[in-house]
Amino acid sequence: MMEAIINWLGNHQEMIYVVLLMIFLGIEVIGRVPSVLHTPLMSGANAIHGVVIIGAIIVMGKAEADNYLALTLGFIAVILGTLNVVGGFVVTDRMLEMFKKKKK
Amino acid sequence: MENHILTLCYLLASVSFIVGLKMLSAPDSARRGNLIAAGGMAVAIFATIFLYRDTETGHKLFNLEWIFLALVVGSVAGTMMAKKVKMTAMPEMVSLFNGMGGACAALISIIEFKHAIHTLSGEGVLALAAPEADSSFRMFLLIICIGLIIGSVSFAGSMIAWGKLNGKIKDFSFKGQQFLNIGLLLVIVVLAVWLVTALPAQAVIVFYLLFALSLLYGLLFVMPIGGADMPVVISLLNSFTGVAAACGGFLYDNKAMLTGGILVGAAGTLLTILMCKAMNRSLLNVLIGAFGGSSTGGGSSETGGSYKQISITDTAVVMSYAARVVIVPGYGLAVAQAQHTCHELEKLLEEKGVEVAYAIHPVAGRMPGHMNVLLAEADVSYDKLMEMEQANELFKNTDVVLILGANDVVNPAAKTDSSSPIYGMPILEVEDAKMVIVNKRSMKPGYAGIENALFFQPKTSMLFGDAKNVLQQLCSEIKNL
Repeated sequence: MMEAIINWLGNHQEMIYVVLLMIFLGIEVIGRVPSVLHTPLMSGANAIHGVVIIGAIIVMGKAEADNYLALTLGFIAVILGTLNVVGGFVVTDRMLEMFKKKKK
Repeated sequence: MENHILTLCYLLASVSFIVGLKMLSAPDSARRGNLIAAGGMAVAIFATIFLYRDTETGHKLFNLEWIFLALVVGSVAGTMMAKKVKMTAMPEMVSLFNGMGGACAALISIIEFKHAIHTLSGEGVLALAAPEADSSFRMFLLIICIGLIIGSVSFAGSMIAWGKLNGKIKDFSFKGQQFLNIGLLLVIVVLAVWLVTALPAQAVIVFYLLFALSLLYGLLFVMPIGGADMPVVISLLNSFTGVAAACGGFLYDNKAMLTGGILVGAAGTLLTILMCKAMNRSLLNVLIGAFGGSSTGGGSSETGGSYKQISITDTAVVMSYAARVVIVPGYGLAVAQAQHTCHELEKLLEEKGVEVAYAIHPVAGRMPGHMNVLLAEADVSYDKLMEMEQANELFKNTDVVLILGANDVVNPAAKTDSSSPIYGMPILEVEDAKMVIVNKRSMKPGYAGIENALFFQPKTSMLFGDAKNVLQQLCSEIKNL
């Protein structure tokens, strides 16, 4: 198993670099957020991880026409993913809209 | 060529996520940041639909009509839910959407697992010969399992958090629950490792067992945590879902999923810690639930004693003739949805020449920043909202402080009593004001489960009742003065 992990790390080093850089970037990017924005920021981040929908689309698009289980589950997955993405961004926008109004 | 365009689209999406998140953390650019991230997401979704090609077969995606139908259904439902939800219910909405993302990740893992097993055993028969599978297949399986576990925990946990915030689910804990949780987690890890390394003949059963146990773990994980700690939990589950999404990035060698997922995983974890810090608690403390009903809190000071009450009429008089009134909104205001009435009171007082300001504690309400959003909804002007440091300066020159359903954030024990569970948490120093009026529904302690000595001080008066109700009566009294 050890060998498998090392091989896998070697084959995916590009991805590993991305992961490491993203961890630091994620921490750096929101490091100085004022507490006022905690809720909208959480909501915005929530919408961004909705990117999982891409996986759902691929799974659904690869399913054979007679594989009803994969089709059904994939269909549900795409709906759930869309809810996450669209709902997430709309809710965040609604929250932030209010921040803007009071600036006038 | 098309393939490279797809890669570029994913690059664009990744950059938009990073820039969007950066802009979301500054008030001036937050809204644009959200739109930029949304735009990047749209690019990534449509690029996938039209440009994606299977790396092995070179086929484009099938079932496009179904994909579009699902996209439309999800978009319409998501937009309607997000538009209709009341401002006070925002936190549970976020939790619900987070759960959807987690469920999506878990479903992807289930389908990919069936697919992987199918290709391995040819006819889908459960005759998995272990040596047949090479190491990269095992890693593939491992990632599928991780995606399944994290996605399921996030889904079940978010649903419980959602139910708790809208009052449908009550706190629930029993003796030894923490040990059960840890045990359950161990079983999940062991099963997953066994599944991947040994590829047992019952692989399918083990996989579904993993699925069920992960759901159970998510449920037990959130169940005992108190309702007021939910923001921290939601933020943590949010970063979980990010990691689950990143697993998808590894499965499909997809950089947009990987960057988006890990970015949220990291930022979400930091945000969780920041939230805990604002409450002066450690993450471990929140998760094990020291306040969450299992223990009764370590506040040693026996403050009990007598408190005095004040009538609505007296409150109206005192406030109308004050030079400066500072309102401290809290959880109670959010629950009673009294933000509009509160703004009305503010306007009435200002007509009488009273200076009115709001003192916002960073963790007041149901989520950090929640009070600001609520008051903004009621059109309270931005410069009336004082942050804690400003407010603490202001209290020295304040005649009346009106506390609306806040408790722990004004508890002096945080400064004076080193044995108190909230000791060290920065608080609003309302005792510096000449008079303090506390509106609460009863003398029950706040979520930290400790007495508040402030209520028994000579300059404090209690005004019992639902925040909205009390504010309405106050408004009509002031009009009649």
